[in-house]
Amino acid sequence: MAEVLVVVEATRELGVKKVTLELLTLARQLGSPSAVVLGGPGAADRLGAQLGEYGAEKIYAAEHEDIDGYLVAPKATVLADLVRRVQPAAVLLASSQEGKEIAGRLAVKLDNGLLTDVSELAPDGTATQVVFAGSTIVTSRVTRGLPLVTVRSNSVTPAPAPATPTVERLDVVLGEADKLARVLDRVAEQKGSRPELTEASVVVSGGRGVGSADNFKLVEELADLLGGAVGASRAAVDSGFYPHQYQVGQTGKTVSPQLYIALGISGAIQHRAGMQTSKTIVAVNKDPEAPIFELADFGVVGDLFKVVPQAVEEIRKRR
Amino acid sequence: MNIVVLVKQVPDSSMDRSLRSDDNTVDRGSASNVINEMDEYAIEEALRVKEAHGGEVTVLTMGPSQATESIRKALQLGADKAVHVLDDALAGSCAVATSRVLAAALGQLNPDLVLCGAESTDGRVQVMPHMLAERLGIAALTGARKLTVDGSTLTVERQTEEGYEVVTASTPAIVSVWDTINQVRLASFKGIMAAKKKPVQTLSLADLGVPAEEVGTAGATSEVVSHRRRPPRSVGQRITDDGTGGVRLVEFLAAEKFV
Ligand SMILES: Cc1cc2nc3c(=O)[nH]c(=O)nc-3n(C[C@H](O)[C@H](O)[C@H](O)COP(=O)(O)OP(=O)(O)OC[C@H]3O[C@@H](n4cnc5c(N)ncnc54)[C@H](O)[C@@H]3O)c2cc1C
Ligand SMILES: Cc1cc2nc3c(=O)[nH]c(=O)nc-3n(C[C@H](O)[C@H](O)[C@H](O)COP(=O)(O)OP(=O)(O)OC[C@H]3O[C@@H](n4cnc5c(N)ncnc54)[C@H](O)[C@@H]3O)c2cc1C
Repeated sequence: MAEVLVVVEATRELGVKKVTLELLTLARQLGSPSAVVLGGPGAADRLGAQLGEYGAEKIYAAEHEDIDGYLVAPKATVLADLVRRVQPAAVLLASSQEGKEIAGRLAVKLDNGLLTDVSELAPDGTATQVVFAGSTIVTSRVTRGLPLVTVRSNSVTPAPAPATPTVERLDVVLGEADKLARVLDRVAEQKGSRPELTEASVVVSGGRGVGSADNFKLVEELADLLGGAVGASRAAVDSGFYPHQYQVGQTGKTVSPQLYIALGISGAIQHRAGMQTSKTIVAVNKDPEAPIFELADFGVVGDLFKVVPQAVEEIRKRR
Repeated sequence: MNIVVLVKQVPDSSMDRSLRSDDNTVDRGSASNVINEMDEYAIEEALRVKEAHGGEVTVLTMGPSQATESIRKALQLGADKAVHVLDDALAGSCAVATSRVLAAALGQLNPDLVLCGAESTDGRVQVMPHMLAERLGIAALTGARKLTVDGSTLTVERQTEEGYEVVTASTPAIVSVWDTINQVRLASFKGIMAAKKKPVQTLSLADLGVPAEEVGTAGATSEVVSHRRRPPRSVGQRITDDGTGGVRLVEFLAAEKFV
């Protein structure tokens, strides 16, 4: 069976990201999954067990301090060399900022098409993309080169399928053009132990109706009880209630969790763009005309400062 | 400093946008056409760099003839001149082809600093700066929420999922920006008047030396096979809080196995 390359995303604290496990699960339907670890020294040893658990038959390990020390370009160079050599059936990356950036460079290096924000990929290479604020479903395919796609988080349910991967170390040969954008520092601002917004299976978001930064504690409390991430509308971000990296929508993050709870959010089209494909949507809003109710599987017309504390108390009671 | 800002015209994201039923390309008549929102922040940042360090700001757009409206707006805000890559053969270009054309134009403009949006609100492909950097052999500092210029050294705070990274490069380089980087200005009356006299150069594919068969629908590296409207979500249950709204919400969550 032909190899399918999966570019691994990981964090130092949490190991392999959930989206990578999703990609491995998807890759198993397309061929034989090979995980590509691009990182600093020791990266592959740290991640190997988790990658094997989700079905990686092979691990390509490119470890070099320059891969961490410079932005994106070294990863694309190593990956391009690998793709030319093994001629995989497909290359899968996460549809994160960096995943798209690596894919973009790879597309130029290989003169290959690319598809971003893909939610489904069939064995014949036909992809599904949801575009224009979730209003339109497109089927598309790469017509030049191999299927090079970035896949949206939460598009596939990750399922373990233990394998014992062989590990192949890659030579990291970089040129001057790969070392132009130097990383001086990496600063984590992630709050507490909440899951990452784009990966979370539950997202609780607050809007202008939450009223203040302090009141966002209520949003956080509900999110924590449900094991979810916290999101915010642009109005909430612009008002300084919550940091920008948590913005959901057209100009923020696109999320597709199992459960999305919108508190004091009207449901403007640009907000819907980022959450419309969530499996189940719940809304609390005091305005019965708020467009968010058009999307909600369960809506409560009411004051969030009454409804949410009562819900929080009820969840605690049931534990 | 010779600064080029990339500006893309897109269908307004607050309106109902669609693809054409005949060739699956963007229906430019379905919603009004505006400057891609992120690009307004790139224009603003370019003007700020120019005001602080001197130089000239050139707007570069690839798009159909109505994109002149977006060019004019950028000139009204304070850009000095514009280059419009306009050619019927460009219709339906994929990101790979777009980067080829923009790179050819940038090659002629020879900028020290290229500014662009972090992503467009229509394609949201988020690849253009790295594609261009790859083609031109220059640095790409992407996803900036802050840019500092010190002589020929650029330093950027790059927004990431976890927080931010501090990244640095020497000019020439391309920097893409998020809407967190600045507050955009409005065009002044003086700016609107001055824009009328600012030069707009139109370039064809032949002017750029890019073969027509390698761009547009003919040269696309990917194709849209079909598209359809997403069916509206089925109407859910809605209650009005009578003092038990929170409890009933949890009952719903429990029935759906979330608690
Ligand atoms: C190009 C562009 C890009 C954009 N990108 C984004 C984006 O990425 N994300 C995004 O979210 N927006 C985006 N917007 C902005 C968007 O158009 C809306 O302005 C924004 O989503 C509104 O946020 P909101 O729903 O929190 O605020 P509002 O629209 O002001 O709604 C607040 C809601 O709270 C309700 N409320 C108030 N008090 C209470 C209470 N006590 N209890 C219950 N309900 C209450 C009100 O009834 C109201 O419905 C973008 C706009 C543009 C032009
Ligand atoms: C719904 C939709 C989905 C698409 N999906 C794909 C896909 O999966 N693969 C693919 O190859 N193409 C795709 N395209 C085509 C792609 O959007 C165009 O080729 C586009 O010109 C380049 O991509 P972008 O605007 O999304 O780039 P981004 O990388 O998101 O744009 C970043 C910045 O680059 C600059 N820029 C981009 N285009 C231009 C331009 N024409 N003129 C001046 N500056 C510009 C702007 O400053 C912009 O803010 C899609 C288009 C649409 C409408």
